Amino acid sequence: MNLYSLSLSDIAKKIKLKEVLIKEVLDSVYARIDEVEPKVDAYITLTKEYAYKRAQELQEKLDNGENIGVLGGVPIAIKDNICTKDIKTTCASRMLENFIPPYDATVIKKLEENGAIIIGKTNMDEFAMGSSTETSYFKKTKNPWDLEKVPGGSSGGSAACVASDMAFAALGSDTGGSIRQPASYCSVIGLKPTYGLVSRYGLVAFASSLDQIGPFTKTVEDAAIMLNVITGHDNMDTTSLDIDYEDYTKALVNSVDKIRIGIDKNFTKDGVAEDVKNAYNNSLELLQKLGANIVEVDLSYAKYSLATYYIIATAEASSNLGRYDGIRYGHRAKEFSDLIDLYKKSRTEGFGDEVKRRIMLGTYVLSSGYYDAYYKRAQQVRTLIINEFKKAFDNCDVILIPTAPNTAFKFGAKAENPLEMYLEDIYTVPVNIAGLPGISIPAGFDKDAMPIGLQIIANAFDEQKMLQVAYTFEQNTDFHSKKPEIK
Amino acid sequence: MSVSKEDVKHIANLARLEISEKELDKYTEDLSNIVDYATTLSNIDVSGVDPTNHILDIKNVFRKDEVKNSYDREEILKNAPDKQAGCISVPKVVE
Repeated sequence: MNLYSLSLSDIAKKIKLKEVLIKEVLDSVYARIDEVEPKVDAYITLTKEYAYKRAQELQEKLDNGENIGVLGGVPIAIKDNICTKDIKTTCASRMLENFIPPYDATVIKKLEENGAIIIGKTNMDEFAMGSSTETSYFKKTKNPWDLEKVPGGSSGGSAACVASDMAFAALGSDTGGSIRQPASYCSVIGLKPTYGLVSRYGLVAFASSLDQIGPFTKTVEDAAIMLNVITGHDNMDTTSLDIDYEDYTKALVNSVDKIRIGIDKNFTKDGVAEDVKNAYNNSLELLQKLGANIVEVDLSYAKYSLATYYIIATAEASSNLGRYDGIRYGHRAKEFSDLIDLYKKSRTEGFGDEVKRRIMLGTYVLSSGYYDAYYKRAQQVRTLIINEFKKAFDNCDVILIPTAPNTAFKFGAKAENPLEMYLEDIYTVPVNIAGLPGISIPAGFDKDAMPIGLQIIANAFDEQKMLQVAYTFEQNTDFHSKKPEIK
Repeated sequence: MSVSKEDVKHIANLARLEISEKELDKYTEDLSNIVDYATTLSNIDVSGVDPTNHILDIKNVFRKDEVKNSYDREEILKNAPDKQAGCISVPKVVE
């Protein structure tokens, strides 16, 4: 048994019981990275020197009998849009190719306070805009289950590195499915918390009314442990809620007895791959057998989520990305005639195609004459979607839908037609639109042995129910324990 | 095409982006397709529905007005592409 293949909770225990040295754990993970990273390309930056220094400090503390925290000595990877002090944070963009943040994001502080060791920054779609990690300026991350296929996105590097045992857990961000969809494509756990639960201070903003940070892990238990660490009030993010935060590991109960599972057959009728549909139906059947009750809910407005999302998200992005002007930080063009030209040339050189497309779409829907027809209408539909979910949760505890309509596709398959790529997010965006928590867990494989994910959605702040159903499903299946042969 | 080439040129300028003639066709087509798709929202009756500007029911979040040390100037200037005498330099804006 190699150390790198253990779960986060198992490796943390071994470190605490002094069965292994933290240095040995790091050696194991970096050896694994040397072995498979040349094939998978999940990382943009590795922080080896820093990691070994931290390992030594933590080991000394541990040997002195001090508490090193629930993540004490555990190697963790971070999506490259989360600021890490003195470690390059690029957003996979030429614009921020040389950006070194002078501060840590709140989630990074929390991870480190709890003993985590940051081992590297992971690849992603540029500025988190994409569903395949293909829009990265630097490299294409491969799906560990089939190196000719995409890992999903935008947090494709985080999903791929956990799936291939190059980290015990990773952080990602989810604006329209960017944690859950790659988790589904790579057969790992991906959790998007309720809006307001995790501070976004230090997360490079994409669409501020939708963005949330969340974990990728190998098990549901590990997801609960990570959630305990990263949640909490932070006065550096005005959307961070000052509420009582719970111990999410208490939700790890192997029972779905009398749990009401909401489904909407119409929502999953069309456009879903046959194997995905079968896996979904089998999952429902299993949960029913374990004591859950299935109730029909109406999600008629949810199918409008994608159109709503692409208006709201791009509008917010066009505003958020206005800050990249080549003046204070980020890419500045070498040649320009005046100030406006400096802005234009720096932005044109610094941003890739998809980012430009979304900035322009956002500028269009906010521009004079179109605001009411698009932006305001999208916000009204958003209200309808929120109300529809509220009503659904009057009658059920969780809602089950597939995470994505298809399994991972080949590189370039959807690159020509942006709209086709966007449709991969059809089942994940409603959750962001309504600010709800959602988790994707491994739930099967298609005929080409590519992973299929199951998405469990709960009411706002009801992560407990979501985790309970996810944990029960995991304890009664073995999809999560299958690992890719990377070749 | 619901979005014209002129529209694309106009919004590119508003967004401070330069679009070459070659890219113009592709962006016009892509944006038209996405805008057409978004037009499905016009099928929904939204009369009397309040827009959601923000998902959480919180407003006016303030911190205490306390004097605190921020970052060192040198630290912040490290990321500036062009600087002089402790300042960020930009092209001349006033004639």
